[in-house]
Amino acid sequence: MQQIIHAPTIIELDKICFSYDTEEVVKDVSLKINKGDYVGIVGPNGGGKTTLLKLMLGLLQPKSGFIKLFDTELKSFKDWSRVGYISQRNYIETNFPVTVEEIVAMGRYGKLGLFHFPTKEDEEKSLQALSQVEMLGYKDRQINDLSGGQKQRVFIARALASEPEVILLDEPTVGVDIKTQKQFYLLLRKLNKELRLTLILVTHELDVVMREANKLGYINRTLEYYGDPREYCKENHHHHDHVGKRGGHHQC
Amino acid sequence: MLELFKYGFMVRGFEAGLIIAIIAPLIGIFLVLRRYSLIADTLAHVSLAGVAIGLLLKINPLITAIITSVISSIGIEKLRISKKIFGESALSIFLSGSLALAIILISFAHGFGVSLFSYLFGSITTVKQVDVYIIGVLGVLVIATVIGFYKELLYVTVDEEAARVSGIPTKFINLLLIILSAFTVALAIPIVGALLIAALIVIPVVTALQLKTSFKKTILAAELISVFSVIVGIISSFYLNLPTGGTIVFISIAIFVLVMIYKR
Repeated sequence: MQQIIHAPTIIELDKICFSYDTEEVVKDVSLKINKGDYVGIVGPNGGGKTTLLKLMLGLLQPKSGFIKLFDTELKSFKDWSRVGYISQRNYIETNFPVTVEEIVAMGRYGKLGLFHFPTKEDEEKSLQALSQVEMLGYKDRQINDLSGGQKQRVFIARALASEPEVILLDEPTVGVDIKTQKQFYLLLRKLNKELRLTLILVTHELDVVMREANKLGYINRTLEYYGDPREYCKENHHHHDHVGKRGGHHQC
Repeated sequence: MLELFKYGFMVRGFEAGLIIAIIAPLIGIFLVLRRYSLIADTLAHVSLAGVAIGLLLKINPLITAIITSVISSIGIEKLRISKKIFGESALSIFLSGSLALAIILISFAHGFGVSLFSYLFGSITTVKQVDVYIIGVLGVLVIATVIGFYKELLYVTVDEEAARVSGIPTKFINLLLIILSAFTVALAIPIVGALLIAALIVIPVVTALQLKTSFKKTILAAELISVFSVIVGIISSFYLNLPTGGTIVFISIAIFVLVMIYKR
């Protein structure tokens, strides 16, 4: 998986520190994510995985250090349609009166800007995104009629509708069964390979990152490891029991 | 039935009532889904203090109610964002505080007891021609604003964080929604009264939610229920000599119960 040519940098963090009140959650994190990367971010609970993602998205402001998105300082970055986000709390309350198509259409809203109404083209892009995740047949269903895995696909479609170059996902498969999880990661793999979409996945499942990602970041307040997942495994297999339990072709 | 319209106050009541019937669920759907229903109640009590100010200063109470309600709504939102106190506690402070203010102001002038009663429970006879103009102009403004910011309001309601990441100015949209609510509540006071306005904002929306359909169709259904309740409410209150606000709310609750039974 060598980078043949120098791929453009999508996200760059330089000496990022962040604290909630007095408790330092993220300390001195620097990393670069290039176009086409599939980055898995793992680490213990409370280690700062989600915080790191929210910092990249500008949802939280770092105490020190700087963040660049597409070579632009985060503060002055405006081109948010290039960034997709699937949040952890990705459930929509029961009874929320919204259809699959309405949800996906929202993916175009930021791009449109204030006082611009969706056009035929926006509608087509939404439907195209729905068919990319193989959910076109469900477009008129209410979102809460769908299973957890189907909902997750719809949220991916919403992110895809803005035609992003990078998607950030925060624990996307929590509460989803194994079979659905597998299909979900197949979809992500397809998006990464075929569309060269950069993916940043926060998860507590190390085996998923080992299997799917080409870069692994282990964060426990500081970024203790960032690089090839297989190398990480070699260095650390004695620390992480569950790594050893995975069988087959990803032997550490 | 046309004899109804021989009376000027009935015509004014219908005109004002219809506009309120249209804007109440339009704002209500966003408030209900964001679990902000209590804001409508709070702003109603704030408006009541505004009415008392108007009666005391001998200014049109509708105008003072609108001003008080809008200013307070901005204060409520600022307090909510600051996170210094819980959102609901902030509302409680405004709700009881403005009611306290209203009572004190009322005690200053003993004269307007009857008139205040109609602002508490609503009465179409209190609607003056100038009120119809105010309700008309501001009502249309509320409708136009909701249409103009529909996609932003919808996105923020469904998923505030994702909306923010996609570049939507969520703070501004939140402020806009609460200001629109303040206008809606204040405008509705002459018709349904301060104590009943929250019902008109909430009940048609909750009824429409039972239909489990798309967002647009839900709004449409809530509009139909609201307009029907107001029209039938005004007509029946006229013939049966009942208080208008109470009758309108009672009819909307009856529809809610019928839909619940039917959907079971």
